Amino acid sequence: MPPMRPMGKPAKPKDTKATIRRILSYMLRRKLLLLAVMIFVLISSLAGVIGTYMLRPIINDCILPMVEAQEKDFGPLIRMLSLMGGVYLAGALASYGQQRLMIQITQGTLNSVRRDLFNKLQDLPIRYFDTRTHGEIMSRFTNDVDTLREAITQGAVQLLTSGITIVSTFIMMLILSPVLTLLIIAMVFVMIRIVKFIGSRSSKNFRRQQKALGASNGYIEEMIEGQKVVKVFCHEEAVKTEFAGLNEELRQAATKANIYASVIMPIMGNLSYVTYALIAACGALLSIGGHLDIGSIASFLQYSRSFSQPISQISMLVNSLLAALAGAERIFEVIDQEPETDDGYVTLVNARRKEDGSLEECAQRTGLWAWKHPHHDGTLTYKELTGAVEFDSVTFGYEPNKTVLHDLTIMAHPGQKIALVGSTGAGKTTITNLINRFYDVPDGKIRYDGININKIKKDDLRRSLAMVLQDTHLFTGTVRDNIRYGKLDATDEEVERAARLANADPFIRHLSHGYDTQLSSDGGNLSQGQRQLLAIARAAVADPPVLILDEATSSIDTRTEHLIEQGMDDLMRGRTVFVIAHRLSTVRNADVIIVLEHGRIIEQGNHEELLAQKGKYYQLYTGQFELS
Amino acid sequence: MIRTLLPYLKPYRRQAILGPLSIILEVILEINIPILMSRIVDVGIPNKDLSTVIITGLFMILMALCGMGAGVLSSKFSSEAGAGFASCLRGALFNRVQEFSFSNTDKFTTASLITRLTTDVTNTQNALITIIRMLMRSPVMLIGATFMAFSIDGELALIFLVAIPILAAAIFIISKMAFSRFEKMLRQYDNLNTIVQENLISIRIVKAFVRSDYEKGKFKNVNDMLMAASIKAEKVIIWNMPIMNLTVYSCIIAVLWFGGNKIIEGSMFSGALISFINYVTQILMSLMMIGMALTQLVLSRASVSRIAAVLTEEPDIEGADEENSPQVEDGSIQFRHVHFRYATNSDDILSDINLSIRSGETIGIIGGTGSSKTSLVQLIPRLYDVTAGTLLVGGRDVKEYGLKTLRSQVAMVLQKNVLFTGTIRDNLRWGNANATQEEIEEACKAASAHDFIMSFPDGYDTMLGQGGVNVSGGQKQRLCIARALLCRPKILILDDSTSAVDTATDASIREALRHSLAGTTKLIIAQRITSVADADRIVVLENGRIDGVGTHEELLKTNEIYRDVYTSQQKGVE
Repeated sequence: MPPMRPMGKPAKPKDTKATIRRILSYMLRRKLLLLAVMIFVLISSLAGVIGTYMLRPIINDCILPMVEAQEKDFGPLIRMLSLMGGVYLAGALASYGQQRLMIQITQGTLNSVRRDLFNKLQDLPIRYFDTRTHGEIMSRFTNDVDTLREAITQGAVQLLTSGITIVSTFIMMLILSPVLTLLIIAMVFVMIRIVKFIGSRSSKNFRRQQKALGASNGYIEEMIEGQKVVKVFCHEEAVKTEFAGLNEELRQAATKANIYASVIMPIMGNLSYVTYALIAACGALLSIGGHLDIGSIASFLQYSRSFSQPISQISMLVNSLLAALAGAERIFEVIDQEPETDDGYVTLVNARRKEDGSLEECAQRTGLWAWKHPHHDGTLTYKELTGAVEFDSVTFGYEPNKTVLHDLTIMAHPGQKIALVGSTGAGKTTITNLINRFYDVPDGKIRYDGININKIKKDDLRRSLAMVLQDTHLFTGTVRDNIRYGKLDATDEEVERAARLANADPFIRHLSHGYDTQLSSDGGNLSQGQRQLLAIARAAVADPPVLILDEATSSIDTRTEHLIEQGMDDLMRGRTVFVIAHRLSTVRNADVIIVLEHGRIIEQGNHEELLAQKGKYYQLYTGQFELS
Repeated sequence: MIRTLLPYLKPYRRQAILGPLSIILEVILEINIPILMSRIVDVGIPNKDLSTVIITGLFMILMALCGMGAGVLSSKFSSEAGAGFASCLRGALFNRVQEFSFSNTDKFTTASLITRLTTDVTNTQNALITIIRMLMRSPVMLIGATFMAFSIDGELALIFLVAIPILAAAIFIISKMAFSRFEKMLRQYDNLNTIVQENLISIRIVKAFVRSDYEKGKFKNVNDMLMAASIKAEKVIIWNMPIMNLTVYSCIIAVLWFGGNKIIEGSMFSGALISFINYVTQILMSLMMIGMALTQLVLSRASVSRIAAVLTEEPDIEGADEENSPQVEDGSIQFRHVHFRYATNSDDILSDINLSIRSGETIGIIGGTGSSKTSLVQLIPRLYDVTAGTLLVGGRDVKEYGLKTLRSQVAMVLQKNVLFTGTIRDNLRWGNANATQEEIEEACKAASAHDFIMSFPDGYDTMLGQGGVNVSGGQKQRLCIARALLCRPKILILDDSTSAVDTATDASIREALRHSLAGTTKLIIAQRITSVADADRIVVLENGRIDGVGTHEELLKTNEIYRDVYTSQQKGVE
C-alpha cells in the first residue's frame, strides 16, 4: 500500500540516525518486552527457515529411500514430520507472542510520545504558538504520530524479520548449493537495480503528488471556510471550475505516483519467478550431472521464494519509512523546544495577620494572600498581596529589531482601573501579555506589589491575575465546569454567584439543562456575547486581586453591557483592573486612561482631563478618528 | 453506503474492469509455473533429458515475463481507477458542498467538511486500490492454486476442503470482532483531537489560570483510554497470523505425510509433491493478503460512510428553475408572519415578524446580543428558509426565484466576512467578474477603501493572504463593502459591517451609498446608534420580536429599548 500523507510534506528526515536513536530510546523504556520480542522474532523467522530446510531430509532420507525399500519403516518419516510440526508450532506461537508484545510496545510508545508532546505544549512559551498555525501543531498529533506508528509496527519488526530471514536463508542456501546461490545473488543484484530505478521515479512523482494534494487541500480549506461568502456572491460555479483544474492536476499526479509505487510488487514477484525457473532448470542440470539431489532442489526452490520476498518488502517499505522518520523528526522538534523558563522564587501563600500586624503563613484559605520572599541570608519576609502594578521604563519587542513598546512607564495603584486605548498594533495587548509574563521584558522592570515580576514564580503570579479575552473559547464540558475553570474547588453556590455577577445567570437558566448544559469547544450553541458573559463569570469565580479585560465586552451590545455594568462594577471593586476596549463608552469611568500610539504613551489622564486636552482621545471620542 | 459511491467509479469503468482482468491473467500465468517445474523434476531429471529441462525452463521464464507485463498493466489500471475515482469523488463532494445551504453546512461544521474532502477521500482512494490489487488478486490466486492442487492430486487436495473453511471462518470472526473495536478506537481518537484542539485555541486561558497540570491530567486520561482501546482492537487482529500460519503449516505436514505415502506407493512423483507444497504456500499468501486487505477496509469504512453522508445530504434550499425564474422587479421586502428556528427541535429565534419595506428605503436594525438581527436578514437572500409565514422580495415569494437570480440582486456583507487568497482586485471582482478598473475604483471610493488601497505599494494588485490577514479589521470591512457594491444589487444588506470603522468614515460611507445606490433598498444592522440614526426607518428587535419601528426621533419618544441604547451610548458625549 503506497502511503499517502494527506497534509504532511514529503520531507526527508534531516538526521536519520539521531531520529531512529530517539525512537529506539522510547521503545527501550520497555526493555524486557523488547528483548522478548527480539527473541520471538528470531524464533519465528528461524522456524520458517528450518521448516523449509526440513523438506530436504524428509524427501531425501525418509520418502525416496522407502520407494525402493522392501521393509517399509515409517518411523523416520513420522519422527521428522513431528519435528517439523514442532518447529512450525514454535514459529507460530513465537509470531503471535511477538505481535502481542509489539502492540504493547507500540501503543505504550505512542502513548508516551503523545503525552510528552502534549506536556511540552503546556510548557511552551506563548511565543511558540504565535508563530505557528493550529493546523500545523495539530498535525503533529494526528499525521505524524500515525506515521510513527507505521514506522514502529511495520518498520522495526519487518526490518528485523526480513533481515533475519535474508541472512539465515542465505546461509542455508550456501549449505545446499553454492552454485545456485551465486545465481540467486546475480538475480538479487538485478532486482536491486530495478528497485532503485523505480524508487527514484516513484519519489519524484510522490513529491509532485504531495504538492498537488497540498494545493487542492488548501483550496478546499479556504473555500469551505469562506463558503458563506461564496453563496452570498453566487460564486459557486466559478469556484467549482477553479477547483476542477486543481483536482485534475492532482488526479494525474496521484495516478503516476501510484503506478510507480504499486508496480514494484508485480515486477519483483514475477522476477522471483524468473529466478525460480532458472533455479529449477539449473538445479535439474546439476542433478542430471549428479551434483545435486531432489530434496535440495525442493528446499532451494522454497528458499528462492522466501529470499526475494523480504527484498521486495523492504523496497516497498523504504518510502513509507522515510515519511515516518520525517514525521518523527517533526514530533521531536516540538519536544526539544525550549520550555518557558521560570526562575522565580517568590511564591504566593495564604496568610494570617498576627497581633503585631505582621503576616504569617498558614495552610488554610484566609482570603488574605502574601508574597513569600526568601532572601540570600536565609530569612523570609512576607508582603501582603495588594495588586499594585508598575511599569518602569519598559521597552519590548516580539522580535529583536521590532520594538513594540517604547520606554513605557505606568503606575497602577491597588484598586485602580486603568484603561488602555489605541489602534490595533499600538501595544495594548502586549502590555497585558507582559504583566502575566507570557513574554519576558529585556529592558526595564515590571513590579507587582513592589517585587520585580521576574522574581515571582510564574504560576503564582498568574494565579493572582485573571483574564477575560476577546475570543472567548470555552472547553468541552458543562456550563458549570467552564465557570469553575477559574477556581477548580469552587462550590456550586460560588459558581452561580459568579454567573449572577456577570449577568450570565438568566440565559444559563434558559438553556435546556441550565448549569449542566453540555457545551462544545466552539460553543456553537451560544452566541459570542453569551460566551463572553461566561468568560467574565469564569474570571469572577477566580476572585483575583488583579483583573485584565482585553476587549471583554466587545461582542456584548451596549444595552446588555449597560445591564452587566453593575455586575462589572462589583467585580472590579477593590481590584486593580486593566481594561482594553474598543468602545470608548466602556472605559469612560476609568481612573487612568492611557492612549497608546505605536507603542508610546501619547496621552494619559482621566476622561475629563483628556477631553479637555482636545488631543487624540478627544478626536477618537468624537468619532473623528478611526480605531482599527 | 458503498452503493452511494459506486457511480463515481463509472468514468473509470474500463480501468476498473481491465485492472482485475490483467490481474487474473497474471495469476493464471503465475499458477502454472510450479506445474512446469514439476515437469523438470519428474520428467527431466529421471530421464536425464536436457532439452526438456531447458525448454521447460525457458518457457517458465517467458511466462514469468508475461506475468510481469500483466502485473505492470494491472498496477497502471488500478492506479488510474483509484486516483480517478478519488478525483471524481472529491469533485462531487466539492460541488455538493457548494450546493449546500447554510443550515446544511452548519450541520456538518466546517472542520468536519474539510476532513471529509481531504483525509477521508484519500483513505477511500487507498481502499479502492487495495480492493482492485489485493482483494481481486488473492481470491483468484486462492481458487487457481486450489484448482491446480486438485489437478495434481485430487485426494491430496481434499486437505484444503478441511483447512479453507476453518480459515475463512476464523478470518470472518476476527474481522467482525475487530470492526466494532476499531470504531471505538476511532471515537477515542476524536476525543484526543478535541482536547488538543481546545488547548491550542485556549492556550492563553490555560496559562493565565495556571491550569497546565489540570489539562495534562485530562489529556493523560484520554490518552490512556485511547491506548487501551487501541490495544483492545489490535489484540483481536493479530490472531489472524498465527491461525493462518498454523493451518497452513498443518496442511504442509499433512501433504508431506499423505503425499509421502503416495510416493512410496508409487502413485505420485516427488516433483508433483514439491509443486503441491508450493501451491499450499501460495494459498497461504493469498489468505494473508485477504486478511490484510480486510483490515484496511475496516479502517476505511468509517471514511466511506462519512463521505456518503455528505453526498446523500440533500441541499435543503433549492431555488426555482433558473431559466424560468422571474426577475426581481424591485427592492421591496415584505415579512408576513415570519417565524424562524435553526433546528426543528429548538425554540423560535424569530417569531411573528411583520414588516414591509419599500423599494429604495434605508432601514436600520438595532437590537441586543442574541436578538436575531442576523437571522432576520439572512432570510432575505434565502440563506435560510423561513420556518413559517412568507417572505416576499420584489412582490414575489422568495421561493419563486432561482437562487442565482435572487442572490445576484441581494448583496450582503456578512458579519463574519472573508477575503480570499489573491489580489485585492481579484477579491473585488467577486462582486462582478467583468468590472472595469473605473467601476472598481468607484465602488472603493464609495466604501472609503480607495485611499488606503492606493497607499499600498502594489495598489489594487496587493496580494492578500488567506482570510485577508494582512489588512486591518476596518480595512477588511471596507473591502467587503466595496465588493458587495460592485454587484449593483437591488437590495444591500450590511450586517454590522462598519463596527471597526470610525464614525466619521462610517458616515461618509453611508453618505456615498445614498448617492451611488439611490434606488437600492439598504438594510443596515449596527451596534452604534449613529450608524442608523439617519435611516428612513429603524427596526428595534428584542428576543426575536419586533419591538418598535420608526424614525430615530419617533423611537426616542416611544421606544424604551431604543432610548436605553441611545443613552448608554451617548452618556458622556455631551
